[in-house]
Amino acid sequence: MCENKIYTVSIYSENNIGLLNRISAIFQRRHINIESINTSSSEIEDIAKWTIVVELSEDRMKKIIGQIEKQVEVIKAYYHKEDEIIYQESCLFKIKSELLFEERQIQNIIKDSNASIVHVNREFFVLEKSGRTEDIELFHRELKAFGIMQFTRSGRIAVTKDEMEISKMLRAF
Amino acid sequence: MEESYTVEKNEKVITKERISGSEALMKCLMAEGVDTLYGYPGGAIMPVYDQLYKYQDRIHHVMARHEQGATHAAQGYSRISGKVGVVIATSGPGATNLVTGIADAQIDSTPLVCITGQVSSHLLGSDAFQETDIIGISTPVTKWNHQITKAEDIPKVLAKAFFIAKSGRPGPVLIDITKDAQFEEFDFSYQKCIGIRSYKPVPVVNKKQIEVAAALINSAKQPLIVWGQGVILSKAEDIFKAIVEKSGIPAAWTILGASALPTSHPLNVGMVGMHGNYAPNMLTNECDVLIAIGMRFDDRVTGNLDSYAKQAKVIHFEIDPAEIDKNVTVDIAILGDAKDSLTQLLPYLEDKTYPDWHQKFKDLYAIEYDKVIKNDLHPTKEGLTMGEVINQINLETKGNAAIVSDVGQHQMIACRYTNFNITKSNITSGGLGTMGFALPAAIGAKMAAPERDVIAIIGDGGYQMTIQELGTVFQQRIPLKIVVLNNEFLGMVRQWQQLFFDKRYASTEMTNPDFVAIAKGYYIDAQKVTKRSELKLAVQEMMASDGPYFLEVCVEKEGNVFPMIPSGASVSEIRLE
Repeated sequence: MCENKIYTVSIYSENNIGLLNRISAIFQRRHINIESINTSSSEIEDIAKWTIVVELSEDRMKKIIGQIEKQVEVIKAYYHKEDEIIYQESCLFKIKSELLFEERQIQNIIKDSNASIVHVNREFFVLEKSGRTEDIELFHRELKAFGIMQFTRSGRIAVTKDEMEISKMLRAF
Repeated sequence: MEESYTVEKNEKVITKERISGSEALMKCLMAEGVDTLYGYPGGAIMPVYDQLYKYQDRIHHVMARHEQGATHAAQGYSRISGKVGVVIATSGPGATNLVTGIADAQIDSTPLVCITGQVSSHLLGSDAFQETDIIGISTPVTKWNHQITKAEDIPKVLAKAFFIAKSGRPGPVLIDITKDAQFEEFDFSYQKCIGIRSYKPVPVVNKKQIEVAAALINSAKQPLIVWGQGVILSKAEDIFKAIVEKSGIPAAWTILGASALPTSHPLNVGMVGMHGNYAPNMLTNECDVLIAIGMRFDDRVTGNLDSYAKQAKVIHFEIDPAEIDKNVTVDIAILGDAKDSLTQLLPYLEDKTYPDWHQKFKDLYAIEYDKVIKNDLHPTKEGLTMGEVINQINLETKGNAAIVSDVGQHQMIACRYTNFNITKSNITSGGLGTMGFALPAAIGAKMAAPERDVIAIIGDGGYQMTIQELGTVFQQRIPLKIVVLNNEFLGMVRQWQQLFFDKRYASTEMTNPDFVAIAKGYYIDAQKVTKRSELKLAVQEMMASDGPYFLEVCVEKEGNVFPMIPSGASVSEIRLE
């Protein structure tokens, strides 16, 4: 059998209550953990776009895409390998404000990493950084040494290098 | 620049009138041609029942004795008629009691529209009396579901529900309507749904693929057709028969495909799968081209996939793209409705016969006959067999009855040995294996096809799971025939315990009540047969009866169903004893 790899799933769907349950049940039934999931509006009015990251074999991935597309409210689903997409994740760090002045190195790390300070007050400041998984992991490791009050990270969002012909499909209806 | 797109397509508006949500529901049902529905009343669906009272001359509501029974009755109704079965229940336990039937309809592709009442919208999520998240609960077992909280949504959602349930690969849909939406008045109009932009129910047949498939079929030396329920669901029986006859290819069926081609047809070589016939199972692993039509390579059909038809090129005619390569990797996939695909295929096929290949089926049948069938149908030992009961029914019905079987040994025997002359005559729970299916399903079947003889064949275990539906039979005066094959065991489980668990018969022996007395308690004519000499007359009496009839036949306690492919084994490791 083929080995497990990271795949990014793109789904275009109607924006209806309950579809999240239907989609997540497809993974749950097969005992597959969803690494991250994001839903948002898409480039097309009233159409939702989902980005799901999962780790599994390509064989299973294909079958799951079939099950997703089978859902009445799904317009189209695709899966992509890592080199077929441009993706970003985003994260927030809450850090004690005193560290910003006491630890010079923090300032250098922030500068080098292209992170931005999105909030500052006397007690704490908040850093935001977007990037690929490994960029964020590196940034997290560097800051961890100084102490992080809170950390959170978003799911992946991705666009594909190739076209996904949703508009064409909708026009044909 | 953003374009705007059409979401759904509906027929033109006919009329508008101001009515309540529940009255609108009646009009939606009538517009969809519904004249019979199965259900059970309760608090959250009372406004709808109030309208059922008003419309009782046009919509016949059949009150089951349990909501599960209502779902199976609707399934039986649908399976024999091809129409959408409709079920109504209240919120909470009424809704959860539907789940088994819905799951059964989902896995066996039966079109159902289930309507549940729900607590008023302002109470949603408050743990109100009889509130349950039936949308959440039914999601994995429905083709689609939707909750309505405003009366104005009822026509559009109902139109969509019927369209989704019956189009493409059919399946169950659940619509949950809050009580306030049932009371609320609005300006009603109804337009049937004819398309949904996110849903492509029937893929367009690829003509090139048809030609490639035809070339492969024409060049085959030992081809085998395996057909499933898709042939019945797409109403393709005639064109399918033409394909079989022109190509001369032996054709075998899955349990749900039974009756699409008459049992007596010379090219019908029997059932595939765990308790199927010897020849088609063995020869699955010898054919050079396997042509699968409207079937999904269920594990009970294929046995171990690693040794299933590995030598064969596989062609799969299928309406559901998700089924392609799901269990068996195929060489040629023909997506589309079976009737369309087969109609396009027919002109490309050469007229052929395969006498040597066909002889192999006959030779293996002779072995199966000698080792299994002869003893099942014409036993010489004491103790009635299930097979001889089916054989006697065949003699009396001439193969024209619809057989509704439950789940277990009697089901396998009924499917193996019934003579089917007419399509849609084998109504059974295939995928889910739902004990308790047959009695309520037979009620629905007999109501949808009153001109036909409908015979429920049930084991003593499954019978007691929905035995209360005798009340429905009695109240509705449904002249169906009920045959219980009583071996005082959960026979199939006992067979497995005998073969694979060293005869440790854990919780499979049943101490049964007086079934005849129970039937008579419902004023249903009944008798019990314990001896071979009584069987013929009893079956004749049952078939001659004008009303409902119950026949209990006490069969040998520890009879086994063979042939058998042990689970996990290959189709060619099928055992005859």
